[in-house]
Amino acid sequence: MEATAVKKYTYKDFVSDQEVRWCPGCDDYVILNSMQKALPEMGVEKENVVFVSGIGCSSRFPYYMNTYGVHSIHGRAPGIASGVKLANPDLSVWIITGDGDAMAIGGNHFIHVLRRNIDLNIVLFNNEIYGLTKGQFSPTSLVGQKTKSSPYGNTQPPFSPGELALGANARFYARIGGNNPKAMTQIFIEAHRFKGTSLIEVLQNCVIFNDGCYTDVTDKEVKDDKQIYLEHGKPMIFGKNSEKGLVLKGLKLEVVTIGENGITEKDILIHDAKEQDPTMHQMLIRLEYPLATGIIRAFDDVTLEEREDELTKKIKANSKYKKTDDLFFSGETYEVKAP
Amino acid sequence: MSIESLTKESRTLKPEELQAVVIRFVGDSGDGMQLTGTQFSDTSAMFGNDIATFPNYPSEIRAPQGSLYGVSGFQVHIGSVEVSTPGDSVDLLVAMNPAALKTNLYALKPGHTIIVDKDAFTKKNLEKAFYETNPLEDGSLEGYRVIEVDMSTLTKETLKDVAGLDNKAITRSKNMFALGMVYWMYNRSTDHTVDFFNKKFKNKPELVEANTKVLNAGFYFAETLELIPNSFTVSPAKMKPGTYRIIMGNTATAWGLLAASEKSGLELFLGSYPITPATDILHELVKHKHFGVKAFQAEDEIAGICSAIGASFAGDLAITTTSGPGLALKGEALGLTMMIELPLVVINVQRGGPSTGLPTKTEQSDLLQAMYGRSGESPVIVIAAGTPADCFNFAYEAARLALEHMTPVVLLTDGYIANGSAPWKIQSVVDMPEIKNRKVTKATENWHPYNRDPKTLSRDWAVPGTPGLEHRVGGLEKDSITGDVNYVPENHQVMTNTRAEKIKRVQDNIPNLKVEYAQEGDLLVVGWGGTYGTLHSAVKEFTDQGHKNVGFAHFNYINPMPKNTEEVFKKFKKIIVCELNSGQFAFVLRANFGQFNFHQINKVQGLPFSNDELIQKFKQIL
Ligand SMILES: Cc1ncc(C[n+]2csc(CCOP(=O)(O)OP(=O)(O)O)c2C)c(N)n1
Ligand code: SF4
Ligand SMILES: [Mg+2]
Repeated sequence: MEATAVKKYTYKDFVSDQEVRWCPGCDDYVILNSMQKALPEMGVEKENVVFVSGIGCSSRFPYYMNTYGVHSIHGRAPGIASGVKLANPDLSVWIITGDGDAMAIGGNHFIHVLRRNIDLNIVLFNNEIYGLTKGQFSPTSLVGQKTKSSPYGNTQPPFSPGELALGANARFYARIGGNNPKAMTQIFIEAHRFKGTSLIEVLQNCVIFNDGCYTDVTDKEVKDDKQIYLEHGKPMIFGKNSEKGLVLKGLKLEVVTIGENGITEKDILIHDAKEQDPTMHQMLIRLEYPLATGIIRAFDDVTLEEREDELTKKIKANSKYKKTDDLFFSGETYEVKAP
Repeated sequence: MSIESLTKESRTLKPEELQAVVIRFVGDSGDGMQLTGTQFSDTSAMFGNDIATFPNYPSEIRAPQGSLYGVSGFQVHIGSVEVSTPGDSVDLLVAMNPAALKTNLYALKPGHTIIVDKDAFTKKNLEKAFYETNPLEDGSLEGYRVIEVDMSTLTKETLKDVAGLDNKAITRSKNMFALGMVYWMYNRSTDHTVDFFNKKFKNKPELVEANTKVLNAGFYFAETLELIPNSFTVSPAKMKPGTYRIIMGNTATAWGLLAASEKSGLELFLGSYPITPATDILHELVKHKHFGVKAFQAEDEIAGICSAIGASFAGDLAITTTSGPGLALKGEALGLTMMIELPLVVINVQRGGPSTGLPTKTEQSDLLQAMYGRSGESPVIVIAAGTPADCFNFAYEAARLALEHMTPVVLLTDGYIANGSAPWKIQSVVDMPEIKNRKVTKATENWHPYNRDPKTLSRDWAVPGTPGLEHRVGGLEKDSITGDVNYVPENHQVMTNTRAEKIKRVQDNIPNLKVEYAQEGDLLVVGWGGTYGTLHSAVKEFTDQGHKNVGFAHFNYINPMPKNTEEVFKKFKKIIVCELNSGQFAFVLRANFGQFNFHQINKVQGLPFSNDELIQKFKQIL
């Protein structure tokens, strides 16, 4: 299934015949296009791709993909996707979810799917609002945010999806702006290649109910100065002219300017996404300036299906039971003879 | 009647012949009563008796020693005639402490025998059981034959020369003393149990020796003891020839699923979350990785059923198991399964409800939940198993119907048959009915996921990995032809009707309703699911009393019901519906067969029906 030399598909092969019904200008279109561009690069057969979603604007996604798909019920996509993958580990299985879908009604499933580390990919459309139900606050909405269900300002403090994920022992976490299709496409490809559960949080703008919630970090003019795009093995450098970087000062990350106060590129931290210890990843996730994007964590670990497979093989090889008859007629049986 | 006077009666050397006997072993949770009872019933089954057993253990995991609520019991009914229930009242009560005696004496028939461990009737234990005076001394047991045995002392004495035993191991084996006595009383050999010790304690020879010694000591004690008034025998029952084993309902359910998986050639996937009394199905299925069983313990019931939906979408034979409160949680996902028309077996081992209710007790009160407990119009197949051994066939049948009709099937069992055990004539998969499925493997032009078999209306099953059949399914209403999302009013009507009609047509794929005893007449006794044994034995007794005009029809297929149901009802003047709820099946029958008048017998006490209460009601209605 892995990358074949000749590209078999173009993005068009992954476009379904259904009319896309998101609001014009919604970042969901960007995510859809990025996925349709990423899939031909993955070298996976179309019939081996499954998209499973919950409920929400975001969860309409599978209808627009010309692959196998399930548009399920609110918050429950992780369970369904887990079943698909465990039933057929050869499939490339994607969970499409929103901030409410994943972290409100589906919060329990979200943490458990991350902990188990089945080889699944989760795309979290975080617009910090309930889109489909027309604008209530979500578990990622900010305190003070005015929404249809918080007209005087939201009083419930939010989750940070990345921190929540790391707390649940996520092995792969990436964050990317909803207006950055190029990087997003690349991250989707990397997530597919990663063995284990990968979580990609997309900072998705909802033009109708929460427009501009990310503009101060994702706008074209400010994005290079306000975001750091992390790549494994590369120094943590950002800024329009790549003049800024991150160093560790005590137990905190600090922004420094290269060339000032004797700082050279060598002093800048190197990003190690594959490190098992999540401490640095956690610090990067918490950083407000610059906002960390890219693949923050990608720690290779044994997957659930690998463990299951190994166990099953071992048990099969040593078992005296090949057919159910062997079991049913084993142990304490007795004969009743015809009189 | 005192022991004295009884023992003076002549002791016949030839054992007295009995048709059936009910024995109840009761003691503290730590006294090993389940093992004692199981050994006795297995030995009797191998001797050729028909048997039915029922365990009764406290819901507390480690109840305080000697307490009333820490009493654990095991009832076994053995017969030379057909035995269909674990029995109502008891012929022999073996009580290992005062609490056990106090909580179980009610079940003993007047004049019948109690064996007690006299050593356990200490002041402290009597207080714990809230006895003000010692029942062995105050004359309150006058109406019974009481056999007092210093079991603890005799056990210690027996084991004084066995090396390597601590005090705990010695006290623990006193149940084998009781078992030895009962073996002698019913003319049973100890061989099977000795074999069992040899296997169980393969690496602990001192335990084999100890248990065997105590068992034999009990056996010889009973033989030599003048106190034992009689010995009985129960001859082999007339059962169909074949190879048998004793099986518990939950195990039978799990095995039926294994058989369906092998027969259908599909891998078995179980998504489940532990809940009493359904958990033993999970426990059983996780053992069978050698058959490729994928058992997934999820984070809750919702994830349990959802993982099974995913596995079904991907082409496995998918199962989820639970009990009442868990079924409530699964409701929304079950509705989705109905909507996307995927095969799925949902097993609900009913317990006493509502809410957390009576987790370890039995009831049939989830019928309406299974029928209607979902949003919108959401018909699914509902079937129910009648006896412990029946669970095998109906688990298999649930899988067959789900796969052939592309629909969820709810299988209802209950705590009574799930934990009860009975002889099972072992079924080889080779002899089981064929199981077809609706998988499509090749792309054809203009293929749609909701293409239906014109006869059954069941849709195609195209699983991921099949080139050219990529498609999406979902909970939104879909176009009756293309399967695309569709909100058109007329289309919704068409789809609603189609989903209902599809379940109705399952009638063509299930057997007719059978009537036992009178085929027409004055009274038809109607039941469903796990009450088969109790109803069958009550109708039999009633018929034996001379009421030859009474028939018995038991439903295993509830939605849809067998085609001939109306025909059967027409043949009787009166119909009485018996169930362990306040009338849920009667409600469904009235909705479907309004032309008949349905009488009811209902009980909601967490207990099965007893013969006597049923017969009394039959008389009133006739
Ligand atoms: C059981 C259930 N409860 C509530 C809803 C209503 N509902 C649908 S989507 C949604 C919130 C969606 O928010 P989010 O997951 O953030 O997705 P978005 O629309 O923002 O992409 C809610 C509350 C539902 N469909 N099902
Ligand atoms: S409501 Fe918001 S999230 Fe939903 S489609 Fe419209 S813009 Fe996108
Ligand atoms: Mg949202």
